[in-house]
Amino acid sequence: MLTLKQTRQLRTFLLGSLAWIVALLVFFPIFWMLLTSFKTELDAFSSPPQLFFTPTFENYIQVDSRSNYFHYAMNSVVVSFGATFLGMLLAIPAAYSMAFFETKRTKGTLLWMLSTKMLPPVGVLVPIYLIFKDVGLLDTRTGLILIYTLINLPIMVWMLYTYFKEIPKDILEAARLDGATPMQEILRVLLPISKGGIASTLLLSLILCWNEAFWSLNLTASSAAPLTALVASYSSPEGLFWAKLSAVSTLACAPILIFGWFSQKQLVRGLSFGAVK
Amino acid sequence: MSDLTIKNLKKVFEGLEIIKGIDLDIRDHEFVVFVGPSGCGKSTLLRLIAGLEEVTSGHIYLDDKEITDIAPAKRDLAMVFQTYALYPHMTVRKNMSFALDLAGIDKKEVEAKVNEAARILELEPLLERKPKALSGGQRQRVAIGRAIVRHPKIFLFDEPLSNLDAALRVQMRLELARLHQELNATMIYVTHDQVEAMTLADKVVVLNAGRVEQVGSPLTLYHHPVNRFVAGFIGTPKMGFLKAKVESVNAGGVLVSLSCGHQVEIAVKGEHLQRGSRVTLGVRPEHLRITAASDSTFKAKLTVSEHLGADTFCYVETADQEVLTVRAAGHFQMKFGSDIGLELDVQQCHLFDDQDRTLARITTPL
Repeated sequence: MLTLKQTRQLRTFLLGSLAWIVALLVFFPIFWMLLTSFKTELDAFSSPPQLFFTPTFENYIQVDSRSNYFHYAMNSVVVSFGATFLGMLLAIPAAYSMAFFETKRTKGTLLWMLSTKMLPPVGVLVPIYLIFKDVGLLDTRTGLILIYTLINLPIMVWMLYTYFKEIPKDILEAARLDGATPMQEILRVLLPISKGGIASTLLLSLILCWNEAFWSLNLTASSAAPLTALVASYSSPEGLFWAKLSAVSTLACAPILIFGWFSQKQLVRGLSFGAVK
Repeated sequence: MSDLTIKNLKKVFEGLEIIKGIDLDIRDHEFVVFVGPSGCGKSTLLRLIAGLEEVTSGHIYLDDKEITDIAPAKRDLAMVFQTYALYPHMTVRKNMSFALDLAGIDKKEVEAKVNEAARILELEPLLERKPKALSGGQRQRVAIGRAIVRHPKIFLFDEPLSNLDAALRVQMRLELARLHQELNATMIYVTHDQVEAMTLADKVVVLNAGRVEQVGSPLTLYHHPVNRFVAGFIGTPKMGFLKAKVESVNAGGVLVSLSCGHQVEIAVKGEHLQRGSRVTLGVRPEHLRITAASDSTFKAKLTVSEHLGADTFCYVETADQEVLTVRAAGHFQMKFGSDIGLELDVQQCHLFDDQDRTLARITTPL
């Protein structure tokens, strides 16, 4: 028979172990990718897989000499930040009006917006490709920014709507009585109060844009190609080279991983700000 | 000057009429309280005045200027919300100066006004704190301060004390009364608590189901309610009601018999009443007296009594299962379930016709 204290300790231990298992499962592919990127192509292929080997920077040197990493990285940065910024510009007013001036049709509109995410992107590839070709947006950063903004907008509006819903309507009404225009209401009251939610939405949008591959592979060739396109370029023509592919993938993931890790602390602080009442 | 006139105001929300044509005049410097049960439309009426809700039809005038469709910020009104609605990311000082900053008022002037409001509300030591670090009462004072700095024509209060605990509520109530004196401002105050209404108001507006039932001074409402709703709503504990039947109508009043057979004559005008018609007799707890069962033909049973120290409220049940409250002296003691007699102060009783309208008194009671 366990005492109450022992039960509690056991529960803490079990829950802790579970968390560790889940965390390791999630982390394992990234860990394996990182490991493989330091192996020789031979080691990378060996079966059973090797955990201990002589690390080499060969793959990174090869990737650096074969392709202009910074060109792709710059495209990724411009496109991700551009699309996130544009998306926020549209999503904030949309979520504001939906959260604070709700009508009978608001819920329906939200659901309809989300339903566009259920359509497989490939279903609209041909029309969008043709439109992009006609208006000269193929292989341009502007084109990618536009398409990324559009595909992420429903999620951004949903997220912001959920965060805004948590804010008491009274606070905005007080601002309105205090003489704030809708713009001042959003900029000086709503956004500072919901900065945790804004930060999470920003981060999610950045990550989604950064990792997006379907549209970037289909709509860009070289001049606007982001890192995902660079990674893909290592997979086909000469067969699969796992070690080099891992190296380039690591390089592609690294910036957003580091950025996410840094902003996570901000994020947690932002989220725990919550004490509104 | 700040006179507010409301003409035939209506508000329909999703096909439901919430405000059903209200006419109201509020004079300069008046402290007006909107009171009524929940869902009566009192908060909606306040929000219509503030401009936070759109008017369906009717007009609102502030000093002869129509404000019905003007933006809330341009109405020159300030509102204190039930939830305080402080800006959580701003200090107390910023909270109070926000409206003035938006209006582009000179920094020195803003500071002077904020300091003045802080002095009146004793908020000076808290000016650099954020709302999170304040107690409920302090937050409420900041919310009031935010209204004061603007020198609005009318202050609007939406149940400002209902989030405070009982002791603080009494204290803030007194503070509000003092503030009204000190600022000499027009105030409109919404509450469901009729004690707040009675103690604060110059004029009480009793609302029920989107209509004004009666407008008058607290004591007018207490002594001369126009109908059974107002009679039952104003006064704690509530007025008791007894079914009665008209026996005869004469110059001196109306003679009615209660269901127990006890007969009383009430000095009210009842020309339109027929012998035998149904009426309701209303009597407040303070106008009933408990006697020995043998001393009265109006008999009842004591069910519960609440000892409050100065008073004892006795809940009694008549033979017809009608429940009345009797206010007795603090030292009153009697076993539950005892048979008692009741004595009515007929001078103070009210009589309501079958439409629940109050019958006018022949002589005003002293």
